[in-house]
Amino acid sequence: MAILAPEKGWWQKKVASDEKTWIMFAAVVALALFVLMVGWHLLGKQNPSYIVYSTSPDEFYKLAQANWAKYKVGEEAGIPVVQPPPDADVFVLASTWKWEPVLVLKKGANYKFHVSSMDLLHGFSIQPVNMNFAIHPGYDYVLTFKPTSAGDFRLMCNEYCGPGHHTMIGKIKVED
Amino acid sequence: MSFLKCDITGFNVDKRVLPLIKANAVVSVVSLLLAILTAILVLFTRWQVVHLLPVDWYYRILTLHGLVALVVWIVFWEMAGLYFGSTVVLNARQIAPGLGWIAFLLMVVGTALVAFAVLTGRADVLFTSYVPLKANPIHYLGIILFAVGALIVCGLFLANIIVAKKEKTYGGGPLPLFTFGLLTATILAIGTLLSGAAIYVPVFLWSLGLIQSVDSIVYRLVFWGFGHSAQQVNVAAMISIWYLGAFLTVGGTSINERISRMAFLFYMIGINLASAHHLLVDPIPSPAWKIVNTSYFMYLAVLASMIHAFAVPSAIEVAQRRRGYTKGLFDWLKNCPWGNPAFVSVFLAVVTFGFIGGITGVINGMEQTNMIVHNTLALPGHFKGTVVSGTTLTFMGATYYLIPLIFRKKISFFGAAKAAPWLFAIGIVLLSAGLSTLGYLGVPRRHWDITYAGGPFTYTYPPIADLLWVVAVLGGTIAFIGALIWILVVVISVFFGKPMTGPADFQLPLASPLPPESKEHDSKFVAPGTFALTIIWMLAFLIFATISWGWLSMMWEVK
Repeated sequence: MAILAPEKGWWQKKVASDEKTWIMFAAVVALALFVLMVGWHLLGKQNPSYIVYSTSPDEFYKLAQANWAKYKVGEEAGIPVVQPPPDADVFVLASTWKWEPVLVLKKGANYKFHVSSMDLLHGFSIQPVNMNFAIHPGYDYVLTFKPTSAGDFRLMCNEYCGPGHHTMIGKIKVED
Repeated sequence: MSFLKCDITGFNVDKRVLPLIKANAVVSVVSLLLAILTAILVLFTRWQVVHLLPVDWYYRILTLHGLVALVVWIVFWEMAGLYFGSTVVLNARQIAPGLGWIAFLLMVVGTALVAFAVLTGRADVLFTSYVPLKANPIHYLGIILFAVGALIVCGLFLANIIVAKKEKTYGGGPLPLFTFGLLTATILAIGTLLSGAAIYVPVFLWSLGLIQSVDSIVYRLVFWGFGHSAQQVNVAAMISIWYLGAFLTVGGTSINERISRMAFLFYMIGINLASAHHLLVDPIPSPAWKIVNTSYFMYLAVLASMIHAFAVPSAIEVAQRRRGYTKGLFDWLKNCPWGNPAFVSVFLAVVTFGFIGGITGVINGMEQTNMIVHNTLALPGHFKGTVVSGTTLTFMGATYYLIPLIFRKKISFFGAAKAAPWLFAIGIVLLSAGLSTLGYLGVPRRHWDITYAGGPFTYTYPPIADLLWVVAVLGGTIAFIGALIWILVVVISVFFGKPMTGPADFQLPLASPLPPESKEHDSKFVAPGTFALTIIWMLAFLIFATISWGWLSMMWEVK
């Protein structure tokens, strides 16, 4: 009787066994989900990183330029093409409205990505593998990727960043 | 002070509360019209075959859609609900109705300022207005005024129930479950609105140039303490109405009120769940913080919803079984009042909220699986299943009771009124299925052109995406028509409908009194049908969870 005060004895009323069974079952599943998240950090291969440095757009820009100069192998659509060796640091710079540089990576190798924004929030979205991260200005987000598939990938922005948002698309090439 | 006695429900109703309920309800319905008009514009822009709006208007209309649909429509309706729940059902008087009108005025002015700022291009910042995107101060001021108004109404709600308890207008025992649920919603709303103040006031000062900067991660953290906690308010209000609906339509009562009330309490304890899951793929905070705060070591708020998921249908089932519909597992369900559009709305809201909103919500809200949905269309797909086919549909159904009981009008075009919830729910299910699947294919949300025309590179989504867009557009259009029919029915009934002359004019049958309980059911299976349904839900959840985690495991490795 949702619009009347509860019946006498409502506080003492025993829980029916179907309701009790359901609640127990649901609680066990909820507990398992918690264990799954923790467990994936120990055993799984896909976990958001928690390595982050405080930076500024100016400082990050300089670091990125120095890094690209070291590994630059060409230019595509006016964007530097960078081919870092396995285990190297890779700097990816988001600004309205482009991703720099174009990356050439090796399948199965680890790369330590540093990603930051020059201005607004951007969304770091690799397609078609569909991995997505939030990129902030002033924070150098360090994500260690190991590409497990080869081919041409795209880097999209999926956080609204103004009227040119839809033109913000970059490229990652993974070689076998 | 004068009361009138309702000839249908027998409640003593404070005359001064009626215009407050009516005013808030009318503004909410008008807002819903704006919400669905902007929705259809957004949908037909995103569908690249039509690509309706130019880029600046797309983001402008999207900003307006988010604010009007998620905040204005729902909060105004909830204000009407709070007045109703703290006076009418308690036979109580309205405290300081003048203050209620000031609150109403603040909220209307706030809405007008926001609409003005957005439509004149002064606030192209979307619903979330993530800093360092900056809007004109008018925009933030409008939101602050709106929030202050809502906060005042929360205060009035508390004052009303305190006085009602003191004056023993409802017998002096515990609050009825419906009002108890609304009390949960109100307490959550106060925290939510304070979070809103904690972030919108600094951002307002920043937009005026009085503060240098606002950190973008802090903004996201505190903003979602407002933005998502608000959804927990909606859930609490919606579920209160589910219990009310179970009672009004079939005479069902929670089979264990202690459990139902405890579940409402869990919502309050588990509230951080709501805000924390928005930061799962942000560089800060740490995974430990994220996992603890999204789950509190165990999904308390989710568990609460699971408890209600059993308690609401079982209330209906047990009442129906007492009426003699005891054959098999689902005879009770077959014999529910399917001709009552309020019942249909609640039923469809329970099913879609559980199967779409609930399942996707839990998976999206886990730290690792969030990586494959963050900022994709899977998120609009998720909240079409929560706040649209759940909350909005529930409020639509409950409005069918407000028309005869509060506005004292007969429902015009009752046949159309019956069709509206079906159309709306079917449409939203298709829309949600289309959007969610597109999201799993990586299609971003809030994006004007997914062909990336004008960018240095192009990208083409798998061909199946074209089909999924058709499903989404079809669903969105059906839902639009359903909502439009509902709005027309409500507006025509309220402004031009036949007045209610007495109980004989009441079109929604109130449940007949239940026959006495035959025997004590304690500690036995009392609702086997509901139990079967919840197990089916759990299987669906586990299948979906397995698929999602399997999918995740095929992505690139990242740490």
